[in-house]
Amino acid sequence: MPIRALTGNEAMAEAMRQINPDVVAAYPITPATEIVQLFASFVADGCVDTEFVTVESEHSAIAACIGASGAGARVMTSTSSQGLALMHELLYVAAGLRAPIVICEVNRTLSSPINIHCDHSDTMGSREAGWIQIFAEDAQEAYDLTLQAIKISEEVLLPIMISTDAFIISHCMQRVDMLEDSEVQKFIGPYKAAYSLFDKTITIGPLDLQDYYFEHKRQEIEAMWKTAPVIEKVAQEFASKFGRSYGLFEAYKTEDAEQVIVACGSTCGTTRVVIDNLREKGIKIGLLKLYAMRPFPHQKLKEVLSKAKLITVLDRSVSMSTMGGPVYIELRSALYDAPKHPLLVDYIYGLGGRDIDMDQITDIALKGEQIIKDNKVEKPVQYVGLRE
Amino acid sequence: MALSSWKELPIGTIITEPGNAREFKTGDWRSQRPIWDSEKCIHCLFCFIYCPDSSIKVNEEGKMTGIDLDYCKGCGICAEECPKEAIHMEIEKR
Ligand code: SF4
Ligand code: SF4
Repeated sequence: MPIRALTGNEAMAEAMRQINPDVVAAYPITPATEIVQLFASFVADGCVDTEFVTVESEHSAIAACIGASGAGARVMTSTSSQGLALMHELLYVAAGLRAPIVICEVNRTLSSPINIHCDHSDTMGSREAGWIQIFAEDAQEAYDLTLQAIKISEEVLLPIMISTDAFIISHCMQRVDMLEDSEVQKFIGPYKAAYSLFDKTITIGPLDLQDYYFEHKRQEIEAMWKTAPVIEKVAQEFASKFGRSYGLFEAYKTEDAEQVIVACGSTCGTTRVVIDNLREKGIKIGLLKLYAMRPFPHQKLKEVLSKAKLITVLDRSVSMSTMGGPVYIELRSALYDAPKHPLLVDYIYGLGGRDIDMDQITDIALKGEQIIKDNKVEKPVQYVGLRE
Repeated sequence: MALSSWKELPIGTIITEPGNAREFKTGDWRSQRPIWDSEKCIHCLFCFIYCPDSSIKVNEEGKMTGIDLDYCKGCGICAEECPKEAIHMEIEKR
């Protein structure tokens, strides 16, 4: 299998090339521009058979994707931040129409103030749009998960976004173990849309009022319920064929852990090193890396996390509920009816791309050890690396 | 027409048969129903002209023959405009 040095963006573009989607409609935006820029060169060089649609905005990009999906095409696009925000109304349309579109997303913060760097505000802002949302830790995961995204999305007929962290992953060169083109094609298989505008006379997107809207939303919720096992099934198939494991989350040294740090995206890499260092000092600590934000794997998380004494959440975005970040809020809710309640604390970090380092995570972990000793959380929501 | 449960519907609001807008009876949200008294009617067709939903039935001789309750939305304009009070509104019972 070819081993390449690729940035996160290049890894996603390579995955798109190997998937060879029927249609890609896209509009460039920092830091995701390279993904479609590289893909455009694959189209120009005849490496793919894709119909590449250049449009005047992200709103049009996702609109063209929805239309193409309605025509039965396998469709992909890529965006970030304001681009995803501009797509917002159509994200709901894609999900409601059950169009299995794949977005290679790069997590960047939202204006205002204007800033092009990493946090998860954009993706988290779309978390109720009906899209499956998966966070990748590094370039390898971005590549592998983009391939899996096709299968997951087409099986449950919900759109999906795979995201990497802006610049930290999107522009950082890493070792990526790629599959052969033929292996990718064999893994994803051909796509046959359940309905297509070209097959027979159908209507897509009709008015749906008081008498049916509710039923159609209920179907969408059901599809999201069915997604969690499909993510696991596709991950198992991927692992058995290519040896790398994925799923709804990764539990790292959580088995006997008294404290579990929960995070998603690139910070998990830094956290894992901290965990290893602290383990050497005899501290029983583990990491739970969340791949899936939607669907939120609440049932499984309850099993894994309710054994711990303290759950320390690292949130790279905020919720204006004033109750902490989105991951913390969801976890708190998931653990509410767990047989045993661990203590829970949330650290908001890295907004607008501010770095988080090993010392800061070590500090958070050690504060956690004190919380366990005291059996008391003084401040449930705190900020890391913020000038007070 | 009995409404389907969410388990039976085609997914994604897709309509799988063409031309079935015909089956959509837009009068089903009416809260008042026009009642026509043929004895009082002089067939002036004011009601026909005013009805916003083309729900006044008229035969080939130009006579009013009744109200199409599949599409009548119960707005009451016909009752208001009739010069002979040949139409009155009653609460719709379901
Ligand atoms: S109530 Fe309104 S809709 Fe019904 S027949 Fe009279 S004018 Fe037409
Ligand atoms: S307006 Fe009254 S009188 Fe004239 S046609 Fe209609 S019901 Fe008959």
